[in-house]
Amino acid sequence: MEQVRIEHVEKTFHNKEKEKSFTVFDDINLEIRSGEFLSLLGPSGCGKSTLLNIVAGLDEATNGEVFVGDKKVLQPGSDRGVVFQEAALMPWLTVLENVSFALRKKMKKEEAKEHAKKYLKLVHLSKFIGSYPHELSGGMKQRVAIARALAMDPKILLMDEPFGALDEQTRTMLHREVQYIWEETKKTILFVTHNIREAILLSDRIVLMGTRPGGIRKVYDVNLPRPRSITSPEFVQLEEDIMSILGGEIEKVMREEMGDDFNTKKASLLYGTDRNLGDHI
Amino acid sequence: MFPSPLGAIEQLYIGFFQTGILLTALSESIYRIALGYGLAILFGGSLGILIGVSKIADETLGTLVVALQSIPSIVWLPISLIIFAGAQTPAIIFIIVLGGTWAMTLNMRMGIKNVQPILIRAARTMGYNQKEIIWKVMIPAAIPSALTGARLAWAFGWRALIAAELIGRGGLGRTLMDARDFFNMDMVIAIMIIISVIGLIVEYLIFSRIEKRVLSRWGLSKL
Ligand SMILES: Nc1ncnc2c1ncn2[C@@H]1O[C@H](COP(=O)(O)OP(=O)(O)OP(=O)(O)O)[C@@H](O)[C@H]1O
Ligand SMILES: [Mg+2]
Repeated sequence: MEQVRIEHVEKTFHNKEKEKSFTVFDDINLEIRSGEFLSLLGPSGCGKSTLLNIVAGLDEATNGEVFVGDKKVLQPGSDRGVVFQEAALMPWLTVLENVSFALRKKMKKEEAKEHAKKYLKLVHLSKFIGSYPHELSGGMKQRVAIARALAMDPKILLMDEPFGALDEQTRTMLHREVQYIWEETKKTILFVTHNIREAILLSDRIVLMGTRPGGIRKVYDVNLPRPRSITSPEFVQLEEDIMSILGGEIEKVMREEMGDDFNTKKASLLYGTDRNLGDHI
Repeated sequence: MFPSPLGAIEQLYIGFFQTGILLTALSESIYRIALGYGLAILFGGSLGILIGVSKIADETLGTLVVALQSIPSIVWLPISLIIFAGAQTPAIIFIIVLGGTWAMTLNMRMGIKNVQPILIRAARTMGYNQKEIIWKVMIPAAIPSALTGARLAWAFGWRALIAAELIGRGGLGRTLMDARDFFNMDMVIAIMIIISVIGLIVEYLIFSRIEKRVLSRWGLSKL
């Protein structure tokens, strides 16, 4: 059963001052199944966030439509929880208040707090419910953001590079946590990343996007048993496959951005040794 | 006739505990500043929120506020006295309000404008509508900036009060002028001491404390 249907979605940004317009992608078609973990992978600027924001209802598609269940997406809704790259916590609220903030539309203060505690327990932050966001580490903040999104009990979780700003160890820990939550809650997850390894580690399917023209290049089914080992031959093989296509896409982006400064040798050094493509650019 | 520290202290004692002149003057001034400052914060804060939120309001009222802020509020006293038919206290309160409001408005506006867009987007995903976002996200996020505005509004308002009283009637300012007319320079110094002590109390006992608490809670303190 499809939970999300993205049909002929186009996004064009119009720049009023320069009277120029820029089409990020013009015909995206994608269906996300109920309970599926789907990753959007692609070079910087290919429109991953744009697409996720359209599904979230935060941005409007120029053409085409998105359905969640059989309802057309017109605005954000509690059926779709969003986790951004920055935790986006309200600095003046405690951890507990931040999570109950997401519930205050639906329930009374006390009830919301009780509910919020449950989700903070799920992300192992029960000890920090009274702390303010600036007292937490980046990873902890992101876990609060995840708890906040989960607390609304959305069917779908939209995550835009949620671990992009974290160090390797924290990220690995949060990968485990997200997998656990996903198995536990059976959410449908749309996950944006530009880290190939992260995508293979977590996803049922990986949608590879490219630029100029923007769009879906290829869709990979990841049929590896969980928990996945990054050293297994199948894992490495898939990594190589994705890399060969993504490498070309990234080169395109760099050539575009750097113009004459572009140097294939230098570029290959940039992403050759490390598969976290574009991670630290 | 030249003032001496001892003379000033003596005048303070006499003014507060014997004649009661200073006590009366002080309570009159405090009444005026409390009312005027309260109104300035209220008007300035609301106006700042309005022009922070609405682009149309910003483009029209915004420039007007900047223009008004550049006028020292004491300049309004003659007009204010006409508006209030010579009634001193309302006219002087009006001057305080004019002195404090604009600084509050501009800082509140800036606070609202500088709210991180990501916080607003996050609130939208949680089902908050525009009006709720103003109350629950934008205004709380603007508190540190509003506090700066409140501090400036106090400084402007307090100066406006004393200036208005020097020219008008009643309060510490008038009493200071009366003392000068009687060549009582010790009294003049005594009143100046009162004025600065009140400034210090408000600055250190009130604003510094609130600011410390707010900045640490908002995660903005620089250690
Ligand atoms: N508000 C906007 N106005 C104009 N162009 C925009 C706007 N937002 C995004 N774009 C353009 O749309 C393209 C896609 O942006 P988007 O943020 O979706 O990329 P992304 O794939 O998420 O990249 P990254 O991996 O760096 O986050 C970019 O080329 C960007 O310049
Ligand atoms: Mg992005």
